[in-house]
Amino acid sequence: MKEFTPAPDSASIVSVTERVKPLALGMGVTSVHFLGPRAAFVGGEENVAFVDDQGEISKVAVHSGGILSAASDGKRLVMGGDDGKVVSLDAKGEVTLLATDPKRRWIDAVALHPDGAYAWSAGKTAFFKSGKSEEKSLDVPSTVGGLAFAPKGQRLAIAHYNGATLWFPNMAGSAEFLPWAGSHLGVTFSPDNKFLVTTMHESALHGWRLADNRHMRMTGYPGRVRSMSWSAGGKALATSGADTVILWPFASKDGPMGKEPAMLAPLQARVSVVACHPKNDIFAAGYSDGTVLMVRLEDGAEILVRRNGTPPVAAIAWNAKGTLLAFADENGDGGLLEL
Amino acid sequence: MSEATAQKIPVTVLTGYLGAGKTTLLNRILSENHGKKYAVIVNEFGEIGIDNDLIIGADEEVFEMNNGCICCTVRGDLVRIMDGLMKRKGKFDAIIVETTGLADPAPVAQTFFVDEDVQKNARLDAVVTVADAKWLSDRLKDAPEAKNQIAFADVIVLNKTDLVTKAELAEVEARIRAINPYAKLHRTERCAVALADVLDRGAFDLDRILDIEPDFLNAEDHDHDHDHHHHGHDHHDHDHGHGLKHYHDEDMQSLSLKTDKPLDPNVFMPWLQNLVQVEGGKILRSKGILAFHDDDDRYVFQGVHMMLEGNHQRKWKDGEPRESRLVFIGRELPEELIRTGFESCIVS
Repeated sequence: MKEFTPAPDSASIVSVTERVKPLALGMGVTSVHFLGPRAAFVGGEENVAFVDDQGEISKVAVHSGGILSAASDGKRLVMGGDDGKVVSLDAKGEVTLLATDPKRRWIDAVALHPDGAYAWSAGKTAFFKSGKSEEKSLDVPSTVGGLAFAPKGQRLAIAHYNGATLWFPNMAGSAEFLPWAGSHLGVTFSPDNKFLVTTMHESALHGWRLADNRHMRMTGYPGRVRSMSWSAGGKALATSGADTVILWPFASKDGPMGKEPAMLAPLQARVSVVACHPKNDIFAAGYSDGTVLMVRLEDGAEILVRRNGTPPVAAIAWNAKGTLLAFADENGDGGLLEL
Repeated sequence: MSEATAQKIPVTVLTGYLGAGKTTLLNRILSENHGKKYAVIVNEFGEIGIDNDLIIGADEEVFEMNNGCICCTVRGDLVRIMDGLMKRKGKFDAIIVETTGLADPAPVAQTFFVDEDVQKNARLDAVVTVADAKWLSDRLKDAPEAKNQIAFADVIVLNKTDLVTKAELAEVEARIRAINPYAKLHRTERCAVALADVLDRGAFDLDRILDIEPDFLNAEDHDHDHDHHHHGHDHHDHDHGHGLKHYHDEDMQSLSLKTDKPLDPNVFMPWLQNLVQVEGGKILRSKGILAFHDDDDRYVFQGVHMMLEGNHQRKWKDGEPRESRLVFIGRELPEELIRTGFESCIVS
């Protein structure tokens, strides 16, 4: 394994640490998303912290309790809380209540599509709402682990125990079950709509090729995969969970079937979050020791963005143009890098 | 207790057959003036109404891990809830998980052994079982769940003692002891038990495995948690001296092994691993204090079904008898096989 210790005077790695605007958010952070020009850091509870390109922080209260789930389309952020509420936050900082669970159950998962449709789950039920049409719901056999919209927004994937369910909310009786034993948590469609991938409770991913529902087992992780990101154009799926970033090849029609993943940016720490650049073949990764790296897919060349020695990096994101990178650790110490 | 352990949030699992008084105990815990905040994971909302605490509904979703271990089931809903609760760290001091009356406590306990994220933040403190003095004897005959809950318990709150005669009470206690002689037993009316007797027990904390003695030998010590004053005398003489009627439960027993000769760790460890692999479905709980050959440290372990954890605990004290003791509680335990296997681990 490649040894790597980011020392202050290390000559072996290009560093941009001094160009990062440090941020002290003063709250536990679980994810970050860009809304227009501002980065929106989602707190563990109650608040979202907006940060503008000058590093100015302003907080907005969104939930009265823990924030359990968040999804963004770049224009707004939809969140679910342990207060049983689904709320959205737009780039101006305006909060809108989208739904309240009648039994005040936890909103475990949310998903959002750029055409305006959104989905959320409480217990075993997934809910869908689009425009002015009626709210729709579907019960799956067990608690929903994750939700994802297909690229066109017509279809919703629902991850749960022992598989995933694909559902066209506007077509009655359209639910299709993709079985695979185990507990499925996160879920994502490939940008070309050909594959569905879930993160599992065990240290593994599972995938299905949607044309024929063929299985793709993606195993070998030392820890649970919590973060997945599609590279520009969907050629690869970058994932956390190991001490390198694991990238599964999805460029061919067979996806990663029978192929080895690429392993880039090894450190002596677990990758906790990963975010691919929206346009170029670059990704940024955060590690359990606080390190943040930018890495080129082609040759694995690394640029140090943040040194180690802090709690795990919990949030990382690019803006839509790929000119800003935002990140924060679990305790809310983060940074903003302009490229 | 190590610093890392101390920072983890303690989790108490509250079990008990339908109608035994779990909710009464829970309300008692929550309403007492202890200045602490609890996150309570319950199956049914409604009967608990304490504003100060976080009440979370659960679905008792049990799933099998895909790791080839047949009895390795975990509570998926707990994993999810713990994940959500950790976002609100600092808002509560402890977690109580109330199971349904028909639940097997094993998946709950195993969740705290298996799940990396759960383990990082929380520690299992104890399994507390509320039992109904009037009806438990009947339930032990017809409800395997009730038997599981007794066998699994670290603390048993024997409730509704005002509804039975002395003879009936002795009878039900003897039946409990036939299954699990090691749990701390408290006789109560309306679950009136000191909170210190049910919370912060450290029953799964390796550092707090002091001795392994049947609880009734320490009957006078009921409310104490400090080192017991036993001097290595032969406890077998005492077993029959407390006026307890002896029962033998047909399918659930405890098995106690003891030797004052040192064990060979190179034989013992593989034997124990193999035993829980092969017989782990039958073994509900296991615990041991071990004296290894050429080792000045006490080794302690404890387990739930196939899962074991163990570590060197501390130096043997001067004058402390270097005895090894093991206890298994389980269903249809293969006693001869276990005894023979254990004896083969003794350094000859």
